[in-house]
Amino acid sequence: MLQAKAGQFFSSGHTNNWAVLVCTSRFWFNYRHVANTLSVYRSVKRLGIPDSHIVLMLADDMACNHRNPKPATVFSHKNMELNVYGDDVEVDYRGYEVTVENFLRVLTGRLPPSTPRSKRLLSDDHSNILIYLTGHGGNGFLKFQDSEEISNVELADAFEQMWTKRRYNELLFIIDTCQGASMYERFYSPNLMALASSQVGEDSLSHQPDLAIGVHLMDRYTFYLLEFLEDIHPASTANMNDLFKVCPKSQCVSTPGHRTDLFLRDPGNVLITDFFGSVRKVEITMETINLTAPMVKVTSHIKCYREELTVLSSRTKG
Amino acid sequence: MCYIYSESFVAETNPVDAPSDNKADHVHDTMQNLDSRPAPYVKDQTQEAAEEERQWEATEVKEADHVPDTMQTPDVPPPTPAKDQFQEELVIRPLHSGDIYASFQFRTMWDTDFLRGSKVSHYRLFPKSLGQVISKFSVRELHISFTQGYWRTMQWGQPFLPSPPGAELWVWFQDTVTDVDGAWKELTNVLSGIFCASLNFIDSTNTVQPSASFKPLGLGNVTDQRFLRYAVLPREIVCTENLTPWKKLLPCGSKAGLAVLMKSEKLFHSSFHSQALHFRPVCQDWKCKSTVWELRQTLNVVFDLHTSGQGKREWSLFKMFSRTLTEACPLASSSKVYVDVTDNPQGELFELSPTTPLLSQAVVLGDRRTYSVYDLTNQATFGQTRSLNMLLRWRAAESGDMLRPLLHGERYVAGYGLQTGEIHTLMYNNHPYRAFPVLLLDTVPWYLRLYIHTLTVTSKGRDNKPSYIHYQPSKDRLRPHLLEMLVQLPPNSVTEVTMQFERALLKWTEYTPDPNHGFYVGSSVISALVPSVVAMDTNSTRECPLFSSFFPCKEESSYFMRVYTEPLLVNLPTPDFSMPYNVICLTCTVVAVGYGSLYNLLTRTFQVEEPSPGLAKRLANIIRRLRGVPLL
Repeated sequence: MLQAKAGQFFSSGHTNNWAVLVCTSRFWFNYRHVANTLSVYRSVKRLGIPDSHIVLMLADDMACNHRNPKPATVFSHKNMELNVYGDDVEVDYRGYEVTVENFLRVLTGRLPPSTPRSKRLLSDDHSNILIYLTGHGGNGFLKFQDSEEISNVELADAFEQMWTKRRYNELLFIIDTCQGASMYERFYSPNLMALASSQVGEDSLSHQPDLAIGVHLMDRYTFYLLEFLEDIHPASTANMNDLFKVCPKSQCVSTPGHRTDLFLRDPGNVLITDFFGSVRKVEITMETINLTAPMVKVTSHIKCYREELTVLSSRTKG
Repeated sequence: MCYIYSESFVAETNPVDAPSDNKADHVHDTMQNLDSRPAPYVKDQTQEAAEEERQWEATEVKEADHVPDTMQTPDVPPPTPAKDQFQEELVIRPLHSGDIYASFQFRTMWDTDFLRGSKVSHYRLFPKSLGQVISKFSVRELHISFTQGYWRTMQWGQPFLPSPPGAELWVWFQDTVTDVDGAWKELTNVLSGIFCASLNFIDSTNTVQPSASFKPLGLGNVTDQRFLRYAVLPREIVCTENLTPWKKLLPCGSKAGLAVLMKSEKLFHSSFHSQALHFRPVCQDWKCKSTVWELRQTLNVVFDLHTSGQGKREWSLFKMFSRTLTEACPLASSSKVYVDVTDNPQGELFELSPTTPLLSQAVVLGDRRTYSVYDLTNQATFGQTRSLNMLLRWRAAESGDMLRPLLHGERYVAGYGLQTGEIHTLMYNNHPYRAFPVLLLDTVPWYLRLYIHTLTVTSKGRDNKPSYIHYQPSKDRLRPHLLEMLVQLPPNSVTEVTMQFERALLKWTEYTPDPNHGFYVGSSVISALVPSVVAMDTNSTRECPLFSSFFPCKEESSYFMRVYTEPLLVNLPTPDFSMPYNVICLTCTVVAVGYGSLYNLLTRTFQVEEPSPGLAKRLANIIRRLRGVPLL
């Protein structure tokens, strides 16, 4: 019975969680893209993924922008209800560092040797990775900072590189841009699940402006995604089918899409917290451990191993 | 005209005071004595201050007798102080313009050897992330600052610790480092990860090696400038993501002590915000037999009267920081708040509450200032409510005259168009009769091609030849311009330095995503030993507050000052990046429609052609051809 319980913990096969959250837009009128990314960051942190496992890329600074009437804040709801920037935020790539090259290098792990740890995606083959992209996009491409773009073919190839280098166990890709579904059309690596805020030929729309700040605060899809995630807690059993229902056409005006054919498990069995939360390894044991006299035993073990080693080494020498 | 300047310009070998635990205890005892005296607040303040100052001196003399019971007898040398200690302080200085200036300083001193072979593994008060960086890259001194806003010297006076807008990093490496450039490159990358800043953009195009400025602020006689690197990123933004890791380096974090006041929503809603980190070796005590490593973290902020103060001239801790103080950091050996009351000796200008009988005098920035002190390690400071919220309420509408800053700098770009321009740097010497030399350091990016033959330095309308010039020309895409000059400023004058430049056309990929914003040129640095109005305190063994002991003081008659000018924003000739696509479409359309039509008109001719016959007729024609008979 106990083994069955333990087996349940590792049914998804992943042992750690990573998140790569990217906002690709620059300039003050793209405030909503930064707010999108920060609201996903906030949810992911709240559900347990630590800063050391999150790579946050923001292409421009909205919080301390001189046009922001309330500095050091980024709001997602009008009337300044929810400050998604918070007091404890760590942005890994900011400003001009958010480029297609850096994004692909982070995904594939091919970074220069002097890159600090906080800027690396140090995932392994038991990692579940959440990738969230937002910005301005079109049919088959996503614009980075109004000066370059990434195509869906490049993205699919990057994921294939990650798969061959065993850099993920399962990957959830969420994109909130216009014609977002075109970005996941070309995926061909296994264990990829993708969600997009709109189909090809449709525009994703923004949610609501705030008259004090003067810009639109969030995009519709991410706004309803945030509302959905606020109800999720680390022990929640909501699964991916609930996530697919977020923001129907009546709320979003565009039709969100998803792709699960490359995913091996059934989406109904995949928990939201498999991607948005963090795995906590818990071992259940019923036996008591005596902490008073372990030292003798340890040294005796070491003695045994040393003896074994000497025997082995003498054998190999001969 | 130019010769090597051999006189040591900035005092660098004077050890900075490092108070031992004994002294800290004694000061604490002295403060307690003052506390118990029943002197009322309004009268006897000057006498009290004088007495208290005498108390400071008495502490020195009677130190041997006042050894606590737990310590050894005076015959043996005093016991070694604790390996590491932490002090924190906050200085609040009301400014004449109605704004208020708050300066936090946190100092950790640690007696260890970063440079020995075996790794340092036990970190207590000193942050581990920084310690590992220092030992890996053999750093002797590290100074990094992140600033948002520009310090307005003429309105606010001099700051305790100056800093230029953006990010500034200067490092002295140990003389054991063989590849300084490689270590610099890796160090900037590692620091960018620690502070969540884009310091990885520091490369050879914006790094310089000053030859005379930026002498070490800590101990050391090494003046080989090969081990010094200086870089500034004027475009760097400072926001909560830089404050968060900075706060995490403090021993108490932001949970206890003065750091609880650091809430980003208030700190960034200010006219000026600067957070810095300074690491250097200092003397442990006045004998200077051993050195300790000192880490100072400073945060300077100026709150504006109208945006933060709502126009009312009344300031309190809660109004500034939206928090009050509840306790000192338990790991701190001293935790104090100083409020500058020099302009308010009788309480006629503003009222300070809660009152405190503790007063302190310090000579800082060439002026003798008086401070009311709140000692947070003393529980009585927090009173009944267990929280300390200082309130300054102004009585009079007008404030007196501010002491005019003796040295002040300005800088601007002159000229018109996108091809040439002129950089003007103005240095003001406001001293009525003393002249003093200043060292001017200019770092200009390579895309502004300076014409150094047009360099002119004029004071009071006449030519003023610098006694030392060091100029390193730039190399395209490799190295910036570096210009250092030692200029003598005549008394009560303005000295103007002008240089002409030409703007370069960058290659397509070198433009930033928003090139129409412009390109920044980092601030000029003016370093000087400014004559002081009052005698400076050269006795570094006295216990003095942190804010007055940052720059080492060698002589009584002058103090060291560094002034930063404004950064420049220059527009480079920028192509229209959407232009190629539009031009190609338009041109191809014009070519196809216009030229094609004309070509057809001139060359096309029409011929009559018979329609091709049906299949039967074609077969018949073939047979006829074979027979030699005329075709159908």
